[in-house]
Amino acid sequence: MSNSQVTNIVIGGLGGQGVLKASDILADAAVRAGYDVKKSELHGMSQRGGSVSSDVRFGAQVLSPMVPAGEADFLVILSSDQVEPNRHVLRDRGTLIVPEQIDAEKLANRKSLNVALLGLLSRHLPIPVEHWQTALRANLAEKLHEANLQAFELGRGR
Amino acid sequence: MSDSRLLLSGDEAIALAARHAGVALGAGYPGTPSTEILEAFSEQGGRAQWSPNEKVALEVALGAAFGGARAMATMKHVGLNVAADPLFTAAYTGVTGALIVISADDPGLASSQNEQDNRHFAVAAAVPMLEPSDSQEAYDFLFAAVDLSERWQIPVLYRLTTRVCHSKTLVTPRANIPPPPAANFQRDVRSRVMIPAYARPAHHRLRKKLAEIAAWSETSPLNRVAGGNGPLGIITSGISFMHAREAAPDARVLKLGLTHPLPFGQIEQFVRSVERCVVIEEGDPYLAQTIRAHGLAVESKPEMYRFGELNVNRVRRILAGDTSPEAVPKPGRPPQLCEGCAHRAVFETLRKLDCIVAGDIGCYTLAVLPPFNAMDSCVCMGASLGVGLGLRHTLPPDQARRVVSVIGDSTFVHSGITGLVEMVYNPPPTGHVLIILDNGTTAMTGHQEHPGTGRTLEHQATGKVVFEDLARAVGVKRVHVIEPRPGSPELENLLTESLATNALTLIVARRPCILVAKQIREYEKCAAACGAGEA
Repeated sequence: MSNSQVTNIVIGGLGGQGVLKASDILADAAVRAGYDVKKSELHGMSQRGGSVSSDVRFGAQVLSPMVPAGEADFLVILSSDQVEPNRHVLRDRGTLIVPEQIDAEKLANRKSLNVALLGLLSRHLPIPVEHWQTALRANLAEKLHEANLQAFELGRGR
Repeated sequence: MSDSRLLLSGDEAIALAARHAGVALGAGYPGTPSTEILEAFSEQGGRAQWSPNEKVALEVALGAAFGGARAMATMKHVGLNVAADPLFTAAYTGVTGALIVISADDPGLASSQNEQDNRHFAVAAAVPMLEPSDSQEAYDFLFAAVDLSERWQIPVLYRLTTRVCHSKTLVTPRANIPPPPAANFQRDVRSRVMIPAYARPAHHRLRKKLAEIAAWSETSPLNRVAGGNGPLGIITSGISFMHAREAAPDARVLKLGLTHPLPFGQIEQFVRSVERCVVIEEGDPYLAQTIRAHGLAVESKPEMYRFGELNVNRVRRILAGDTSPEAVPKPGRPPQLCEGCAHRAVFETLRKLDCIVAGDIGCYTLAVLPPFNAMDSCVCMGASLGVGLGLRHTLPPDQARRVVSVIGDSTFVHSGITGLVEMVYNPPPTGHVLIILDNGTTAMTGHQEHPGTGRTLEHQATGKVVFEDLARAVGVKRVHVIEPRPGSPELENLLTESLATNALTLIVARRPCILVAKQIREYEKCAAACGAGEA
């Protein structure tokens, strides 16, 4: 039923965790890799500690900017209590990526957990690593580059 | 490999198009999901201004368009309610330059007090309306809006929804765009001054323009047929087009980009070309009802899909005629006032004193929720004043004495000043207490400046409205400025004393929003340095 040539990713967490920054980096990497990309997010409540989620879809042609419920290939969650509210978006045998999969002790900067989880996600996606690295640099202030490139590699594990 | 594609939100795409099309001025009031349009326009070097409210914003843009310039006014859906007065008569006056009125609607209420469907305004005010369905169209259609507006000398309603405003999709910008015509005043009293003698013929001119635009729309590239060969046909517009194409890839789709006036010839031809025709639209059944009123048999969605935004799965359900109850997703964590927010102490005090709180729109509206449970009404911008006064006028005295109106600083400038005048002009027998929560910013929408901060959209020093001076000037005798601090009895004492009098009291509770307190100090330092003649 779903459009199989589109890869669907949902990133969820709480305001302040870098959900939107993570989806910006992912979307940027996918654009650099030459895909059609659409990203959606809801603004307004994130700074007040509310739930935040962002959808990124990429492929030859993307139509709706929102991932239909039950069609997410990947669900990346930045705060464990946000797994249940978002679980319905994941398809059968879709991949759930959670903070516990990262050894946070090894992070140079705890705030780059979002990027570490992107690194983990990147193992599954047809986007060459150089596009990820360029996207990271383009979307983060220079003083944050080193710590975040390290976080990405930690997640990617290669 | 060079890639000229930009991943932009609809708001960013509009701002880019406005720059490229030579829009001379953008005026608006912050309102999700429209706020980023002027912010992006300013970042790109455009002249962008926050107005006290949307009515003023539209009037300023209208003045620019009277002078032959290209201008835009931006607002969320409820903002057009405020700007409706100038909109309706601007359709009669017409414009010389281009006037684009951008209404960013919020079906599904991501962050609004209602989900009104502003397409009705195009019909009621008799103006053409464009509806982009992604960021590329948000960019391209702006040029079409400018052309339409200048060619027929009429304001154009540019209507978007949250998912077009805030979703990021790819945009290929244009090159070699001709510059706009120069601004120049041409006297045209019979068009611009709407006394009845001039307004009557203006109405006839307006209807004639609409008929011409309707004829033009029959062959306009703004409306097109897409998708497969049917036998299912779908008529749609805006973001619903994207959902529909994904939900029904084989359907033949009539995509309307100019959704007022409608191209009935093209619509009729389309309906006859398919076996079954369903109208897919968010919000009110505007398209479906208008097309049916024209005598064409089309299906519209079941009533349950009128509420909330559409998505691919909901469109599948509509096409299948599925009216079974929809799954309710588990709620995420709701927003709350930041820890350390100055508003917290105020609402704790109001709850402690068992006040009846007529509230208003801003971050502080969150005080309706636990743990504060300290707000009894919130209707629209500025209503805290009038509603509080109405309660005071009619409740028995022991209850009336507990009524307090609470409003934020930006909201006060927007629509509270007239309420303040009302308080002085028609004072309730038990008096009244107004609290202005002054945190030095328009916080909820992302910390924009407003006339009470004394800084422009670009954070440059400018004229400043001082609330306590304003209140004294209109005749409020009891005016107090305090800093709300947790654990301090000052507010509680002041409030207790004020509620016991029959006087009118203004309490300005002033403390900068903790999220931007540091930035505000820097802006003030900068302004002081500039004022002393240093760079």
